[in-house]
Amino acid sequence: MEKLMELLLGNEAVARGAYEAGVGVVSSYPGTPSTEITETIAKFSAEEVYCEWAPNEKVAAEVAIGSAIAGVRSMCCMKHVGLNVAADPLFTCSYTGVNAGVVFVVADDPGMFSSQNEQDTRFHAASAHVPVLEPSDSRECIEFTKLAFEISEKLDTPVILRLTTRVAHQRSLVTLSERTKVTKKYEKNVWKYAMMPAMAKKRHVVVDERQERLAKLSSGEITEDLTIPNRVVYAEDSGAKPGIITSGICYQYAREVFPDASFLKLGLTYPLPEKLIREFATNVGELIVIEELEPFIENYVRMLGLDVSGKKYFSNRGELGTAAIRRAYFGEEPKSATAGEEVKVPARPPVFCAGCPHRAVFYVLSKLKLRVCGDIGCYSMGAQAPYFGIDTVVCMGASVSMAHGMTKAMEIDEDADKLKTVAVIGDSTFIHSGITSLIDVAYNKGNSTTIILDNSITGMTGHQQNPAMGFTIRNEKTVATDLVKLANAIGIDDVTVVDPFDMKALREAILGAVSRDNPSVIIAQRPCALLKYVNYGGPAHIDTEKCIKCGSCMRLGCPAINRKSDGSVIIDSSQCVGCGLCFGMCPKGAIGK
Amino acid sequence: MESKKLNILIVGVGGQGTLLASKFIGMAARLAGRDVKVSEVHGMSQRGGSVVTCVKMGDEVFSPVIDLGEADVMLSFEQVEAVRWLPYLKKGGTVITSEQKIEPMSVVLGDAVYPDNVIEALEKSDAKVIHFDALKAAEAQGSVKTVNIILCGVLSRMIDDITPDIWSRALRMTVAPKFLEMNEKAFAAGASIDF
Repeated sequence: MEKLMELLLGNEAVARGAYEAGVGVVSSYPGTPSTEITETIAKFSAEEVYCEWAPNEKVAAEVAIGSAIAGVRSMCCMKHVGLNVAADPLFTCSYTGVNAGVVFVVADDPGMFSSQNEQDTRFHAASAHVPVLEPSDSRECIEFTKLAFEISEKLDTPVILRLTTRVAHQRSLVTLSERTKVTKKYEKNVWKYAMMPAMAKKRHVVVDERQERLAKLSSGEITEDLTIPNRVVYAEDSGAKPGIITSGICYQYAREVFPDASFLKLGLTYPLPEKLIREFATNVGELIVIEELEPFIENYVRMLGLDVSGKKYFSNRGELGTAAIRRAYFGEEPKSATAGEEVKVPARPPVFCAGCPHRAVFYVLSKLKLRVCGDIGCYSMGAQAPYFGIDTVVCMGASVSMAHGMTKAMEIDEDADKLKTVAVIGDSTFIHSGITSLIDVAYNKGNSTTIILDNSITGMTGHQQNPAMGFTIRNEKTVATDLVKLANAIGIDDVTVVDPFDMKALREAILGAVSRDNPSVIIAQRPCALLKYVNYGGPAHIDTEKCIKCGSCMRLGCPAINRKSDGSVIIDSSQCVGCGLCFGMCPKGAIGK
Repeated sequence: MESKKLNILIVGVGGQGTLLASKFIGMAARLAGRDVKVSEVHGMSQRGGSVVTCVKMGDEVFSPVIDLGEADVMLSFEQVEAVRWLPYLKKGGTVITSEQKIEPMSVVLGDAVYPDNVIEALEKSDAKVIHFDALKAAEAQGSVKTVNIILCGVLSRMIDDITPDIWSRALRMTVAPKFLEMNEKAFAAGASIDF
């Protein structure tokens, strides 16, 4: 009987591919849409694969590079903006090469489902001269991950496996294979692994030579015993029909929209295959590139002097899809069902969960006249209704350093308004890159206040362990970073630990900290309400006899508190966890259990 | 219902169990030997936001995503979400929606009003519409957590070539053993509701 195929998430398939390729070390920092790769790796036995959550992507990449040079196939996984943090090791690892294979899995997020920008990883790759593979379903996630390790070793280069949200978070059918074991012998070689100017000058030559080999490999001029997954399929009468160059998820969209076109499906999108593209162009009608985000492939094709269309039709913003491609190319509108009468559909953006400790912090912050530099995590949502409690969000760790910059700007500019500035940052984000910023505040005599929202987990990405918790990715007990001692050690003595649900104490702590002329840290400590061990004992109720329908409790912006059409206020027992934050909001004491 | 190719859009509010429903349906398609792709949404939109997942099955599926006008069936866990995502349903497609209402924050804060004409507008639409209170049905089965499986039970009646045995195997492979009995009852209830 034929073996039943597995239905794997793209990210699970990458993990499976790495496992089958014999990966021995995986170090990552969580980030949507890449997180499930390393979570899946952690389900393989610790004897076979060492894995960890690193404090940030730079550390993760360096761990992977180190273990690969030592002779074990290694991988680091991150979201697109994570590669900015890990760009430093990537660029120089391109010079050193790898010994055993190193794969950087980088997940881009066209459409920004859970990100702050739409940058295109392929430019990082081109700039660092490292090859990029782009799978378009789970089967290719497995195959390309294995191929990435082979290319990495054969050409002595780190390899980027680029996913996008729709590949990472789709499930499709795969067949599993056995694990292979690959190890390399480490030999000390400072001319290869110690990049000082004299060595790096020589290695730059190696990078250029490798680049030429990669380009030939991509075009199929040489094989190096590798099968590069750049596939050409010609339509019948191809000269009269469009020829589409595409990769990744766009290949899937394009196959649906253009069933009769010729295709050059690129699995390796850097370096691009000059010979293949030229040949394809001569055999097809209109040459079209379909790609999300930047015109990376299109620019190259145009540089070859070929007549090509792409962004002329398709936006560089957001994700593409079959409807967007049909509309842009054929001017076709979708044949959608329509409602029988107009319905005013209210917006439904994500909100803080019922019981979320961040709610209390932003309720308090919204009442104080302060400038607030925010950061990346669930608490970014403090920028929206009803709190509007954040002024800025830029990148991981930026809250602390931007608040310092704002404070210094106010000192230098006499006319600037003298609003006090605070930074708000989660525990995991603080460890990721808030620590160095806080050292800057202390070292350079800043006086800003940093509020660390310590919810004892990495929340936004779906609960990953972090160094402040004292547990590893495999839930083994380990040392916990002591945030109070850490602040003290870098020279900040003004540290207050407060339970954000004690909103009076929190308010006083913030007002006190901003009134003092020294740098300060407030640690607002309460675990994420979604953690299994958090149990508030079930939903609260409103005593309708006592309730005066004033709506004070609703100002917290809790999704479990609703007003009915008759004006009465109710607690939705299917949503309420019973955290009790609203009890103190009621002037009549009408809420309880 | 056409048996070869079927696009099922599952919509609701983050936290309602849409992901589990899409896994379950995807698993059933897989056991039935169909090509199948599932598209999920993770991350920020799971925090009480509007969520959508897609299950596509057929002889060969390319895109995992169901785009505007491409869904044959929409399974909606919350009534206003059915209208929000209606443009993704093809003309003449089928909506199966729970009548449950979950107020978005904009309504809670008084910045918007929860519309009172959702079911009426759906009934007058150019789609076939099945609506019932899946939350009440789930409560009757003993747990509000089984709304997703009840809705899948209703859906199962529209897919002729996936047999009850396959659905039952898929359910066993999707839910934890201690919740199996509860979910089996919920699925059976969904599969036998009168409309």
